[in-house]
Amino acid sequence: MSRLQARDVVRSYGPTPALRGVSLDVADGEIVAVTGPSGCGKSTLLHCLAGILRPDEGAVRWNGERIDTWPEAARSRLRRTEFGVLFQFGQLVPELTAAENVALPLLLAGTGRREAGRAAGEWLDRFGVGHLADVRPGAMSGGQQQRCATARALVTGPRVIFADEPTGALDTLSGEEVLTQLVQLAREQGTTIVLVTHEPRIAAYADREVMLRDGVVDPTGLGLDETLVPLPAAGPGTDPR
Amino acid sequence: MSTSHVLLGLLAAGNRHGYELKRAHDTRLPRAKPLAFGQVYATLGRLQRDGLVVTAGQEREAGPDRTAYALTDQGRAALAGWLAAVEPPMPYVTSALFTKVAVALLVADLNAARSYLIAQARAHTDRLRELTAVKTAPSTTLDDVVAVDYAVAHLDADLRWLRTTLARVADWHREVHP
Ligand SMILES: Nc1ncnc2c1ncn2[C@@H]1O[C@H](COP(=O)(O)OP(=O)(O)OP(=O)(O)O)[C@@H](O)[C@H]1O
Ligand SMILES: [Mg+2]
Repeated sequence: MSRLQARDVVRSYGPTPALRGVSLDVADGEIVAVTGPSGCGKSTLLHCLAGILRPDEGAVRWNGERIDTWPEAARSRLRRTEFGVLFQFGQLVPELTAAENVALPLLLAGTGRREAGRAAGEWLDRFGVGHLADVRPGAMSGGQQQRCATARALVTGPRVIFADEPTGALDTLSGEEVLTQLVQLAREQGTTIVLVTHEPRIAAYADREVMLRDGVVDPTGLGLDETLVPLPAAGPGTDPR
Repeated sequence: MSTSHVLLGLLAAGNRHGYELKRAHDTRLPRAKPLAFGQVYATLGRLQRDGLVVTAGQEREAGPDRTAYALTDQGRAALAGWLAAVEPPMPYVTSALFTKVAVALLVADLNAARSYLIAQARAHTDRLRELTAVKTAPSTTLDDVVAVDYAVAHLDADLRWLRTTLARVADWHREVHP
């Protein structure tokens, strides 16, 4: 059974429909890319899966449990423990140093100060920014901030990482380096990744790709108008796994 | 790609036997088609005839794989000339992909061209994923990463072209068959 599941998820913002019935199954340790043109609903789907947004209709399940009906406090606890979230612009706390930022999720989860500090240093080292431990985000480059944010997303040892355009603000080489490290660590630890991106090159880091188009899964998997496209084989979006 | 220049380059580091050249070639260009021994000796033969390499010492049982080769001054000059020459950036637009769509529009219908473009895009996407996985494999060397980067960039460009052409192929068909 897949550990993470969306079933017929519908979500609108006022009159604007963002998701019009999306189903997705993600297996343990799988890396899935969610792709599609701007405005197709990628971020909305990611937020629904991560328990940040509640769908209007449909269900989101984690370990077989309906997390979409949980109260906000329980969903936010889930995001501090089993889920890790990573956005396009790292979203570090500006008043805190890199090490304090990375230690924060551990402190919130009740880890002791010493142990949290040690783990933070270790993760910063793994992402090649150990020398910036005492620096605040304002004095770092975008790429350095993103490495810190990635360390912060991984420090609690989450089962799933939700990443929304995590390399969108980086140049090609920095983006590839961050992503390579993220994927290597995930494979090492059996972490699941849901990776939102609109770039085929980034999506290629995933085991498979699910393409959205106007709030639904695109059966062509190529972002093409279905009425024009003869479908020679099942596209990746229809993978029944 | 010029096998002879790669061999000249490998010999610039010191004299080598044919089998050493083959091994060094396959290590330095890990994602290239591996060199066949026969091709190494045929190329060395040509380079020797043209005075770019000479044999340098032979072990007793002389045979091609027992012969070491050395770069001559002329060979060194040819190598330097090749390294300094800028490759003409795509002087002709030739690609099996492009040619196939053009011919499909001539001899078959619009759907055949579309089906081909879609199947090719899927194959490219699969290969892109396969090569990207090489980059994140724990044992990857920089030789591999640099080779794979080259392929990834080109597959990515092809994919963009395939998608753009899918969007244009109906108009193109009308132009070919007015
Ligand atoms: N907070 C919001 N208020 C109103 N409409 C929104 C809001 N967030 C998203 N939308 C709309 O919902 C739709 C889906 O948006 P979403 O952000 O999920 O798309 P996306 O695929 O992530 O796009 P992008 O690639 O540009 O990030 C769009 O039409 C968007 O305008
Ligand atoms: Mg988005």
